[in-house]
Amino acid sequence: MSCAIHIDGLSYRYPNGQPALQSLDLHVGHGERVAVLGPNGAGKTTLMHHLNGLLRGEGAIEVAGIEPGAGDIAELRRRVGLVFQDPDDQLFMPSVEEDVAFGPLNMGLERAEVSRRVAEALAAVRMGHAAARAPHELSMGERRRVAVATVLAMRPILLVLDEPSANLDPRARRELLEILERLEHTIVVTTHDLPLAAELCERAVVLAAGRRVADGPCREILADPELLARHDLELPAGFDLAGVAAR
Amino acid sequence: MSGHSPALAGTAGDPASPVHRLDPRAKIVGLVAVVLVAVTTPLAAWPVWVACLALLAAVAAAGRVPPAAVWRRARFLLPVVLLAAVFLPFVRPGGAAHALGPLTVHQDGLQTAAAVAAKATIGTLTAVLLALTTGFPQVLRGLEAMRAPRLLVTIATFMYRYLFVIAAELGRMRAALAARGYSPRNALHAGALGRLATASFLRTHARGERVYRAMLARGYAGSMPRGAPLALGPADAVFVVAVLVALVPLRVAAGVAG
Repeated sequence: MSCAIHIDGLSYRYPNGQPALQSLDLHVGHGERVAVLGPNGAGKTTLMHHLNGLLRGEGAIEVAGIEPGAGDIAELRRRVGLVFQDPDDQLFMPSVEEDVAFGPLNMGLERAEVSRRVAEALAAVRMGHAAARAPHELSMGERRRVAVATVLAMRPILLVLDEPSANLDPRARRELLEILERLEHTIVVTTHDLPLAAELCERAVVLAAGRRVADGPCREILADPELLARHDLELPAGFDLAGVAAR
Repeated sequence: MSGHSPALAGTAGDPASPVHRLDPRAKIVGLVAVVLVAVTTPLAAWPVWVACLALLAAVAAAGRVPPAAVWRRARFLLPVVLLAAVFLPFVRPGGAAHALGPLTVHQDGLQTAAAVAAKATIGTLTAVLLALTTGFPQVLRGLEAMRAPRLLVTIATFMYRYLFVIAAELGRMRAALAARGYSPRNALHAGALGRLATASFLRTHARGERVYRAMLARGYAGSMPRGAPLALGPADAVFVVAVLVALVPLRVAAGVAG
């Protein structure tokens, strides 16, 4: 089963007519970890929503072996786990356990298998102790980890994360990063957090105004301050790329 | 953390108590029985109300729910439900009339007020006790298992989840108003509150769209998956039977509904 992404000439306009993606090409291979970088409004989230079939633009797109417009959309959503930017959007059930079970139950799995997957997914994000708690009782970092568990329970082959480190304090960010680093999925992550991209991903794609303007090894892209500045990106002052363990 | 008040959410007492561990359906049936007995009891049979209160106290004690926890919740509800009773002695004529300054108090009105107050108090305490020993999500699971309309259960589920999110958002918006010196002194200053309500509505609507997308992303296809099945045990039957045995004979002995 392929978990690659093949996008050729994808264009999408917002309902108000403004272009969000313009003739975008993107190819991601099995096992790759790709950071999608770009300023606000570059089309990152719009692109992520195409990967899961939530939005349909014009152009050729095949994700995890399925064409979102023509293939089995339920199977696509099983294969592609999308973690939203705001965990309060993602966690809509009254308890952590019910939320993590939501995807597997929609897949029609047996109750025993659902319980197994819930336990496994919560353990993978170190939140097994919080199964019975309500999302509003959790810290932002804990909510983010549970949000990751909600898609892990569907056993996706491609993990798509939208700004996973937004609003996290340094410790919660570090914990999330450690969890993500251990996952063996193909990962596409949009972020403004360039150090996170450097640690997690070997490849970076820069979007600007809905177009791919750079694509290459993450370190090379992050080591090009002019390129970053042209697209309103910047590494934190004093950040040393050489200090980040290479992937 | 979002700014929810612990006084208004979650359970109280010992989560491992026999009362907390009862199936939510048993608690709903047992406690609804208490309310039904209370509301059908006439004033003349007031000892039945005492029995209802005693039973509620026993349930609270078994669940180790401190009276303070019950009071913290009930104090928000009781004034509202008792408000109806306060006016009855003045507006419901019948029986002996007593002058009270410019107002007239009627005997029948007083009696009705006492009955309404007793029933409202028992109803409120019962609901508070159910919430404190069961928790809202479990109550919803119980209702779902009892074949309550699924759409209503789903709406209540989302309402409960997002009440805290929206309350936190409102709190932040109010803080933002206060931080810029907003302190309303007359009705003309209320415009800002109207804009706050509008902003809150728009944000909530936008959140609804995002939540719906998040549901679709995890395979939602129009109906919510059913929760894990509940299992009634011997303790659940004992609880329901005990409530009925304690109250129904008393109620029947007290005669026809008043």
